[in-house]
Amino acid sequence: MKIGTPKEIFDGECRVAMTPESATALQKLGHECAIETGAGLKAGFSDAAYEAAGVEVVKTAAALYKVADIVAKVRPPSETEVKRLRKSQTLISFFYPGSNEALMAQAADKGATVIAMDMVPRISRAQKMDALSSMANIAGYRAVIEAGNNFGRFFTGQVTAAGKVPPAKVLVIGAGVAGLAAIGTATSLGAITYAFDVRPEVAEQIESMGAEFVFLEFDDSELPDGAATGGYAPPSSPEFQAKQLEKFREIAPDIDIVISTALIPNRPAPVLWTKDMVESMKPGSVIVDLAAERGGNCELTVMDEKIVTENGVTIIGYTDFPSRMAAQSSTLYATNVRHMMADLTPEKDGAINHDMDDDVIRGATVTHDNAVTFPPPPPKVQAIAAKPKEKPKELTPEERKAQEVAEFKAQTKQQVTLLAVGAAVLLGVGLVAPASFMQHFIVFVLAVFVGFQVIWNVSHSLHTPLMAVTNAISSIIILGALMQIGSGSFLVILLAALSIFMAGINIFGGFLVTRRMLAMFQKS
Amino acid sequence: MEFGFTTAAYVVAAVLFILSLGGLSGQESAKRAVWYGIVGMALAVAATLIGPGSGLWLLSLLLIAAGGSIGYVVAQRVQMTEMPQLVAAMHSLVGLAAVFVGFNAHFELGNVLAMDDTARATLDGFAALLAKKNAVEINILRVELFLGIFIGAITFTGSVIAYGKLAGKVTSAATKLPGGHALNAAAAALSLLCLIWYFNTGGFFPLLLMTLAALFIGYHLIMGIGGADMPVVVSMLNSYSGWAAAAIGFSLGNDLLIVVGALVGSSGAILSYIMCKAMNRHFVSVILGGFGGASGPAMEVEGEQVAIEADGVAQALNDADSVIIIPGYGMAVAQAQQSVSELVRKLRAAGKNVRFAIHPVAGRLPGHMNVLLAEAKVPYDIVMEMDEINDDFPDTDVAIVIGSNDIVNPAAQEDPNSPIAGMPVLECWKAKQVFVSKRGQGTGYSGIENPLFFKDNTRMFYGDAKASLDKLLPMID
Repeated sequence: MKIGTPKEIFDGECRVAMTPESATALQKLGHECAIETGAGLKAGFSDAAYEAAGVEVVKTAAALYKVADIVAKVRPPSETEVKRLRKSQTLISFFYPGSNEALMAQAADKGATVIAMDMVPRISRAQKMDALSSMANIAGYRAVIEAGNNFGRFFTGQVTAAGKVPPAKVLVIGAGVAGLAAIGTATSLGAITYAFDVRPEVAEQIESMGAEFVFLEFDDSELPDGAATGGYAPPSSPEFQAKQLEKFREIAPDIDIVISTALIPNRPAPVLWTKDMVESMKPGSVIVDLAAERGGNCELTVMDEKIVTENGVTIIGYTDFPSRMAAQSSTLYATNVRHMMADLTPEKDGAINHDMDDDVIRGATVTHDNAVTFPPPPPKVQAIAAKPKEKPKELTPEERKAQEVAEFKAQTKQQVTLLAVGAAVLLGVGLVAPASFMQHFIVFVLAVFVGFQVIWNVSHSLHTPLMAVTNAISSIIILGALMQIGSGSFLVILLAALSIFMAGINIFGGFLVTRRMLAMFQKS
Repeated sequence: MEFGFTTAAYVVAAVLFILSLGGLSGQESAKRAVWYGIVGMALAVAATLIGPGSGLWLLSLLLIAAGGSIGYVVAQRVQMTEMPQLVAAMHSLVGLAAVFVGFNAHFELGNVLAMDDTARATLDGFAALLAKKNAVEINILRVELFLGIFIGAITFTGSVIAYGKLAGKVTSAATKLPGGHALNAAAAALSLLCLIWYFNTGGFFPLLLMTLAALFIGYHLIMGIGGADMPVVVSMLNSYSGWAAAAIGFSLGNDLLIVVGALVGSSGAILSYIMCKAMNRHFVSVILGGFGGASGPAMEVEGEQVAIEADGVAQALNDADSVIIIPGYGMAVAQAQQSVSELVRKLRAAGKNVRFAIHPVAGRLPGHMNVLLAEAKVPYDIVMEMDEINDDFPDTDVAIVIGSNDIVNPAAQEDPNSPIAGMPVLECWKAKQVFVSKRGQGTGYSGIENPLFFKDNTRMFYGDAKASLDKLLPMID
């Protein structure tokens, strides 16, 4: 099959869906590669580099669509591009099928198969083709760099001969892939980083990246479970949102840089940073709104533009962060596409096997065989393991008391039963056995009882010494032999002597070994 | 007068023994506790020699000294890794001694019964005690010494086999003669018949027959138990040796024997219970040997075992902040505890949080791993029990499994059909990265496939544990 990549026609888009490196890997799968002339130029890949990698360079986009069986590109296709598709041709690109229904229908009419890179299910196996994550990672990094570019101070605090510089305080809202990447970049530049997310379970991830989780006092039970929505944060309740805004309002005057990444797929971005918060910020502060494409998390964000408010706060609403790092993002995206192709050609023979039973392929395919196949059925493999268990409910003091009383009663009952049974058995034995036996028997029972009481307290790590000690003292059997050795026949003396000898080995061996072992235990 | 002194000495000795066991609740008090035990034993022996002991005390002392010197040499020479064998071997001595003492009691009884009243009056020591007994008491005595011999004989052969298995001289796999438990049951039934026979006639023959049957039961019972269940077996034999001593104590009318026998017996019983609980198995099923039949096919294990070389492990360890080491029997076999200790010392010197996670049944003896690590001078406050540390695995960078298998098998939790389903295990797979030091791709003692080895975050570090660790050590900085 021939895989072709056209030049991106979207204004300002610098990325390209194939790199010389990915082309080499694609050829190993048995495919041929073609590219429109100049497609990789803005990302730093020349036609010559492609040719060197064995890629056919095609003069025009129209010619490319004609020769290619599979078209791989970055941005969703325009109407013209969809028109160029033909039957049984495959298109791989971002598609956003939720908001591009007309195009999707058109592509289905054409009979083309469309694989939307943004629809790859979020399961472990598909991570290697999760282009959204690779792009978000870049966006998060770039957002911090962009903020630093517009921020008039150092990120890191310094005490210099020329005076003290306070560290920048960065707030990252939304700890998805982009948010975590932003946290990592900001902390490594030396900023004091705070992060917020509506999913309390990501607090750990935030802290692992070196940021401080902005803790919100809120009743846990009302928080939605992120695991149920494929790892994305679900929409939150109005009360929660109010609480959230209150918290932001409280910290806004202290924050130098805000990076907001709060987005839920196919929904307008929630407004989390209101006008009054912007007004309360210090002049020179920077807000980078990664959700600008869907309206922005900040009330004042203007899409694709950088504005400066009256009080000197810069608000960046760019939507093309990945494209601003075209070389890096092209490499990653091309690799994601290559992994998708590897899954589509399991035999590595250059033949596409479009397996609609495969969770990943099924999930990403939005049109196939003249039909729209969006939305896909839920994947068979759960995206994220559901929460293992509900935490045991906090008991009220009364309940706890009742429980304790019940436990106490049960314990008493058990002990009394045991005692009663034990006493009955003893009595029964006492009825038939002679007094001399009973005397010993009582001693025996008491000793067993003491033994049980004592041994439960023995520390786990000392079980081996315990065995050695009990072994040593079980050679108390020597007493029996000592009592017998003097009386009776030769046979008795012989056997008793042997017993004494063996018990002697045991006594000394057992105690010495125990001492040796115990002497080794030491504190650090 | 003499006997009053003996009784007093016995009471003191009994208290000392109880303190000696109770002192084992902590490492520091344990060091004192051993001395209690030694003094108690010395007191008991001395009091018996002076009191009810009947002459020949020079011979007795000589024999004790001779046995003691052998014991001393053995105790000094034994390797800590050979501890399980040693304990098993010593149990067999107690068992055999119990059998002999029981026989003696029988012979004495015969002698005494054959005498007329005037002769009886001249008797002293143990024989005098016998002479005073009436008919009912003599019958009880017979039952007691019969039981003592029975348990003693089982302990003897059982311990010999356990020793053989632990020392690798007998195959550690569970083997049974054709007929299996029917043979054991038959031998037990035969013993019961002998008891009735002996009870009625008092002859030596039924006693001998029963002894042979019991010897067979001990042999066959332990042969049928696999190597992985050895901790239970050893503690069970420990318990038996105690009960045998107690039974002999009854027949000799010696309270100290009874008390100590009962202490040892209950201690062994509790240890067995703890071990069984740690393996989530019933005592009976362990004793009857082998695993119960699985209720369905075991889960298929997917993926492959990925090997790693020492430099990879070293790099991960250098990068890690927290490390948990899970030692198992393989560490004991390879004598790797010194290398492990050296590794820990280096990692701790680099400021890393290094701890050990010990499963209750790791090794072949209860607490086996603790002793080995202590020998290698690993401080005991970084050696944790399963319950203390199991919740910490998710926060751990690297878990190193050295020579353990079943105790880290996730199938126990994930696969209801697994033979070890429900057994508490160390959840090391929750650590960010797991290294498994293992000789080859084989399965553990229980012969169960371990899905841990196939997990994405697991790397197999093949080779003899000691050799692998020694290769690793120079690369840690």
